[in-house]
Amino acid sequence: MSQYLLSTYSVESGDSSEMPSSEDMQQMMQRIIALEAEMDESGTFVFGGHLHGPDAATVVSNNAAEVVMTDGPFAESKEHIAGFYIINADDLDAALAWAGKVSECVNRPIEVQPFAGTGRLADNMPDA
Amino acid sequence: MAAARGEPNLVETVSQIEAVFRDVYGQAVATLVRVFGDITVAEDAVQDAFVVAAERWRRDGIPPNPAGWIVTTARNRAIDQHRRTIRGRELEREASEVSGTTLHSPDEAREQDEPVPDDRLRLIFTCCHPALCTEHQVALTLRLLGGLSIEEIARGFLVSEAAMAKRLGRAKYKIKAAKIPYRIPAKPDLTQRLKPVLSVVYLIYNAGAGELAERAVLRHEAIRLARSLVALMPDETEGAGLLALMLLNESRVPARSVDGAVVLLRNQDRSRWDRELIGDGLALVRDCIRRDRPGPFQLQAAIQAVHCSADTFEATDWPQIVALYDHLYSAMPTAVVALNRAIAVSETDGHATALEQLDLIAAELDNYSSMHAARAASLRALGRNPEAKLAYARAAEWAGNEADRDYFTEQADELAAQP
Repeated sequence: MSQYLLSTYSVESGDSSEMPSSEDMQQMMQRIIALEAEMDESGTFVFGGHLHGPDAATVVSNNAAEVVMTDGPFAESKEHIAGFYIINADDLDAALAWAGKVSECVNRPIEVQPFAGTGRLADNMPDA
Repeated sequence: MAAARGEPNLVETVSQIEAVFRDVYGQAVATLVRVFGDITVAEDAVQDAFVVAAERWRRDGIPPNPAGWIVTTARNRAIDQHRRTIRGRELEREASEVSGTTLHSPDEAREQDEPVPDDRLRLIFTCCHPALCTEHQVALTLRLLGGLSIEEIARGFLVSEAAMAKRLGRAKYKIKAAKIPYRIPAKPDLTQRLKPVLSVVYLIYNAGAGELAERAVLRHEAIRLARSLVALMPDETEGAGLLALMLLNESRVPARSVDGAVVLLRNQDRSRWDRELIGDGLALVRDCIRRDRPGPFQLQAAIQAVHCSADTFEATDWPQIVALYDHLYSAMPTAVVALNRAIAVSETDGHATALEQLDLIAAELDNYSSMHAARAASLRALGRNPEAKLAYARAAEWAGNEADRDYFTEQADELAAQP
């Protein structure tokens, strides 16, 4: 069993006409609830979440032993991760099938990325 | 090269061994990927086994089942080499899960090491997985299934060997990291998943266009791959269509150029067409028509079948070709299909009609040499020589190879010389 990150991006457009109507939002939420129930039943769902926008982000860095805070996101770009799932899947085909379902629910492209390791690093260290 | 006295068959044996290597490479890698679950381990093991085989076979002759011999030797050596490492113990476990045994002599036939034809199918679906970009799909297919060297592939695609090695490395990394599965897609997805496989094979064939010998390698490999796809998936008619299309194209290669100069279909010496390839291609096309599940490759093959069935250019059944292009356009509405249809229309309805149709797609295909060449031919036939000359010059500008460029330049010069 492998784990994959399914993420979706929001794109800053400054165009409010793209906002879905409240009726569409309701329908989308119903679809997401149903999909997450399906993920739970099949043991696919590990974790997921919906993120606040980049305006709510802070970057913390360690500069010459001093902790420095910077307002805003790390990467200055128009695209930001809006939400994600971490799922269990047998292989890429299974992960891609789930990504297809998520994409259908939220009407956005979904990026699928395999984890090289998950959990605590100590759990991922080789015995030798 | 003369063989040394006393060992008269050595040279012959060496070239036979090389031919066998080429033949069994894809099969052996595919089987070992199943056994070990790792492409790089499988490739290295097969290379090792080839070194052993080159020695042994030269002395003892080629064994009755060379593919099985290579697989068993490769498997044993991979386990042996890694035995003392964690990876080796893992490999041994993985291998014994499949075969239920550990090391054994390559001369003792074991059923589980028998290459299964399905292994190659699994591997081609892995290589042509839609999560990989087309360039990577092509490179992997040629390397792993075709057994072409990195250098040969690099030459075929006009990139450096280092760049091709990097491309293959990245593709293999993604297969492993993302866990792209090694299996034949289930029935409902099969036809859909076969599409990139067939387009990769056709891309390989087209990359082999031209006269150079290293190009012909690509064409022959594409035909060989398509033959095994048809043998392994006889129900998939598009596979048969692709094979027929390539065979019929290939049949005309001997007549397509004389002393390096292009000979148009109209002027080709049809006695130089390869009748055996035409026979095979026509039989496949007839079989596809009987099964009546048409698709883009089958329709393109049917068009080539009409060309190959005509004794002369004038005897070509052009209305039939236009009708087939209509079908093709409804399945694949691209400007290139429209271009080829317009060329056929010039034979049924005349050049004025054809030119009208060409003008509709001229902007979209502005950097496509065949479009300018088709316009040039129609303009010249209509007596509009100055425009024809310009169109030939544009065709030369975008020509994909030397021979085509020479031909178009010659035509432009010929028109310039006329009043």
